[in-house]
Amino acid sequence: MSTETNQSVRDVIIVGSGPAGYTAAVYTARANLKPLLIASSVEAGGELMNTTDVENFPGFPGGVMGPDLMDQFQKQAERFGTEILFEDVTSVDLQGPVKRVTIGTGETFEAKAVIISTGSAYRELGLEDEKRLSGHGVSWCATCDGFFFKGQDIAVIGGGDSAMEEALFLTKFANSVTVVHRRDSLRASKIMQDRALAHEKINFRWNSEVVGIDGTDKVTALRLRDTTDGTESTLAVTGAFVAIGNDPRVALVKDQLELSPEGTIAVQGRSSKTSVPGVFAAGDVIDPTYRQAITASGSGCVAAIDVEHYLAEVSDLPELVTETAAV
Amino acid sequence: MSTAKDVTDASFDADVLKSDKPVIVDFWAEWCGPCRMLSPILDDIAQEHAGKVEVVKLNVDDNPATAAQYGITSIPAVYVFKDGQVAATSIGAKPKQVIEQEFAEFLG
Repeated sequence: MSTETNQSVRDVIIVGSGPAGYTAAVYTARANLKPLLIASSVEAGGELMNTTDVENFPGFPGGVMGPDLMDQFQKQAERFGTEILFEDVTSVDLQGPVKRVTIGTGETFEAKAVIISTGSAYRELGLEDEKRLSGHGVSWCATCDGFFFKGQDIAVIGGGDSAMEEALFLTKFANSVTVVHRRDSLRASKIMQDRALAHEKINFRWNSEVVGIDGTDKVTALRLRDTTDGTESTLAVTGAFVAIGNDPRVALVKDQLELSPEGTIAVQGRSSKTSVPGVFAAGDVIDPTYRQAITASGSGCVAAIDVEHYLAEVSDLPELVTETAAV
Repeated sequence: MSTAKDVTDASFDADVLKSDKPVIVDFWAEWCGPCRMLSPILDDIAQEHAGKVEVVKLNVDDNPATAAQYGITSIPAVYVFKDGQVAATSIGAKPKQVIEQEFAEFLG
């Protein structure tokens, strides 16, 4: 761990280590703001750590592995002097001209500006069975757990790009993959849909909602309900991968920052400014619509530039901070 | 990379089931990113609570029998064994404070 922590009020602290956080780090570091980035103890790197080939991040015509891409992001941030702590932020105090960020060890850091780029976490179905059988056939990460389902008949629940990616990835291991989707058409990108529909190992159960998961020590079947006529049926599978989307990680800030109707951190227009002066947000945590690595990255850059402008204003006119806080 | 001792399908009975102390078993694999993040946390716990518990690692690629026997389908999976039985489990990479809370009764 660095020896320079916890000594004085910094210019900026970045919470989160996905594409948004690291891009904000590169830009603020190059602006000589000496950013401290708090990267999470076990989830550093964000959502891309759980995927294999990333084919749609511009600049990589041959694709790039998610973890490798995040490794490059990290190295670039470090090259310009970002201080990175692999710890978890447990609480933040965002009011006033000096923000406070506390981590799992109990240490608190202070900064004039904070960028929240905590991203989003996989959404769960919300079923009791799902919790009960977690790690025993129910998974939310194909790349993590696919290995354990060799030769088995498994299901992927969802209809978007993540679900298609997971299904295609799992064909490497599984005997069959059934995509269970509650509508009759996929919302995935065309190219992913085509690949999944064409794959001989992938079947589809349309208009099907998962209402339960059978199995005592491990998954034996999914209980489905037809969304058009309510009839129930069973799908015999020994693995169920839930890929129904992500929810923004706002737990740390939801009582201090305004949220949008979609549950993301509300920001002003195309900026990263939140409802509290000196607090900026970027990446999936502000974005209910696009949520791509490249949009998160762009968003991190916006936040960094907003921070630069804010710090310049604050040093010129300190009274300005308290005035806007009253708005 | 890690300081914890490796156990195998062959040594599991002697090293884990017959241990006189609670044993924390870390089921892991090379290709598992979150396992790599969790590993140093378990090493810390082993050092800080040496004497109360032992921490060992089992590579699921090399030792599929033990992994299958305990129904492991998701790693990292951390199982606490006491007197030859599974006494507690924790699936997925979690921060140190969370693991310590989950296994508090064994860490004394």
